[in-house]
Amino acid sequence: MEPFVTLTSRTVVLPATDIDTDQIIPARFLTTTTRSGLGERLFADWRYDEHGAPRAGFVLNQSAAAGCRILVAGRNFGCGSSREHAPWALIAYGFRAVISTGIADIFRNNALKNGLLPVIVEDGIAAWLMAHPGAVVTIDISHGTLALPDGTTASFPLEPFARHCLLEGVDELGFLLAQSADIEAFERRA
Amino acid sequence: MASTPQTLFDKIWQRHEVSAESAATPAVLYIDLHLVHEVTSPQAFTVLRERGLSVRRPELTLATMDHSTPTATAQVFGGAPIAVEAAARQVRQLEENCRHFGVELLGLTHQQRGIVHVIGPELGLTQPGKTIVCGDSHTSTHGALGALAFGIGTTEVTHVLATQCLLQRKPRTLALNVSGRLAAGVTAKDLILAIIGRLGVAGGNGHVIEYRGETIAALDMEERMTVCNMSIEAGARAGMIAPDETTFAYLAGRPRAPAGEDWERSLLRWRELPSDRGARFDRELDIEAAAVEPMITYGTNPGMVIPIGGHIPQRPGDAAFARALEYMGLAAGEPIKERPVDVVFIGSCTNGRLSDLRTAASVLRGRRIARGLTMLVVPGSQQVKRAAEAEGLDRVFLEAGAEWRESGCSMCIGMNGDVAGRGQYSISTSNRNFEGRQGPGVRTLLASPLTAAASAVRGRVTDPRELCATP
Repeated sequence: MEPFVTLTSRTVVLPATDIDTDQIIPARFLTTTTRSGLGERLFADWRYDEHGAPRAGFVLNQSAAAGCRILVAGRNFGCGSSREHAPWALIAYGFRAVISTGIADIFRNNALKNGLLPVIVEDGIAAWLMAHPGAVVTIDISHGTLALPDGTTASFPLEPFARHCLLEGVDELGFLLAQSADIEAFERRA
Repeated sequence: MASTPQTLFDKIWQRHEVSAESAATPAVLYIDLHLVHEVTSPQAFTVLRERGLSVRRPELTLATMDHSTPTATAQVFGGAPIAVEAAARQVRQLEENCRHFGVELLGLTHQQRGIVHVIGPELGLTQPGKTIVCGDSHTSTHGALGALAFGIGTTEVTHVLATQCLLQRKPRTLALNVSGRLAAGVTAKDLILAIIGRLGVAGGNGHVIEYRGETIAALDMEERMTVCNMSIEAGARAGMIAPDETTFAYLAGRPRAPAGEDWERSLLRWRELPSDRGARFDRELDIEAAAVEPMITYGTNPGMVIPIGGHIPQRPGDAAFARALEYMGLAAGEPIKERPVDVVFIGSCTNGRLSDLRTAASVLRGRRIARGLTMLVVPGSQQVKRAAEAEGLDRVFLEAGAEWRESGCSMCIGMNGDVAGRGQYSISTSNRNFEGRQGPGVRTLLASPLTAAASAVRGRVTDPRELCATP
């Protein structure tokens, strides 16, 4: 996971609400045993028709989406299954942050563990972003702020340990392995 | 001074803190049981290999295969190759990983194999007071026995394999108080669908739900599992029910439940677990059981649900709602009853247990499914399958014209070869009606085994109370 402090990018907007992980990456692509190749399958059933041809109307198939690293989506993004393939697919495509008024718990956890930043904002900010697809915004992790092109900034919640891991590139498994004395003590007590 | 009253959740959480959370770091939470399956584990084992790590407590880890495994008998026992090639690779990889890391595997032809959330309780491994995780969001099922059980991602699967611990912030608690009696023809599935309808698909985010009250206490163990199973469909990672005599009677004598003196000691501990009188929950919600009717979904998430006799709501100006109805081929304001149905699926970790199969069989006995309709009955485990066959349920299904399969997730998740066709309507006893969940373009209507079986007989969405009333 590469550490990052700020991220400036144009946005891609998917206004749908309750986008579940079956839409982000359909179950039939979970038969993989690696993490690779999932970017091509991101939003597969919205992105391609039944013959595999790109649907021109879908936002990721439009030229404006190229190079965008921030996805703006309707409320309750990432609900449903615990598949980590969902953040893997978003990252493989090139996204580094998802902005929504609500992000489902398991997805949010999985995203943070892979360096995909979940950014939860108020309705007003979300409405502005929805109305301005392609806007260039800046996310600052150390301050937990999102800056809009007109200079407006909004803060977003970020769990302190997750922030620390993102900024320092700390590996959570390494952190847990370093707790082994405490874990052994717990096992002796139990 | 009396200690502060605690909830069931608080007690289990506190007893599993290796270290408590602080402002800077989450709690380190110890895990008592880690269930592993073929789809969300390969990348986790790969990380262990890359970093030269072992599985810290293999004896607290149990693997099985359910998601991508076939349900056709020829592919499971008959030596026929697994039709989905990538699935065959996953199965082989799990076998190899379990061998390499010393993890017990209930493999493809094992008599105790089954859906991971069916076999945990069935074997007596799921017990009150345990912390249980699995790389699957329906891990909430195990909370029915008074455990704290929740789904995790593959990175966290790696964490538990390597350290038997997880880094977790303490969630909030939601007491869901259910009072009164469920009416005839109304099942635990209808109750949880009604609850999700009330809470909404994000209403439980950040919370652990404790289902409480006389209605819940009156449910049998398998009904409680159906309720807890779908907690995640309201956004809650875990759902729990206080252990009681029903729980203990269910567990007594199961192969991996404590026995002898150990059983007596366990009972003493388990009886301490229910929430103390006066324990505080962060939120409370009351539901009146008598008001619940047979429920059915009409949209593309489990919160889009109505009583079976109701009309699809109208939400002018709601683009997401309009899009969901367009996918479903349904119109706002119209009734759902009497809609033609193409496929009926009985099974899954929500409704694939023996009592669910008995319920479906009670409707189908002496009847045939409608002409042109396909019906799949898939037991939740090989043990459920044998028990159903011992009482002749397989004959009832086969004589009615349904297919009878080996256990697995089957048509709940379109990744094992069991799928419906594009545009078809499927009444399913599973847990998710997301777009494409049962195959690209498939339109899923979630309902109880009773409603699904009644609809199979008539080939139309049917209120089971009406079918049972007419000879």
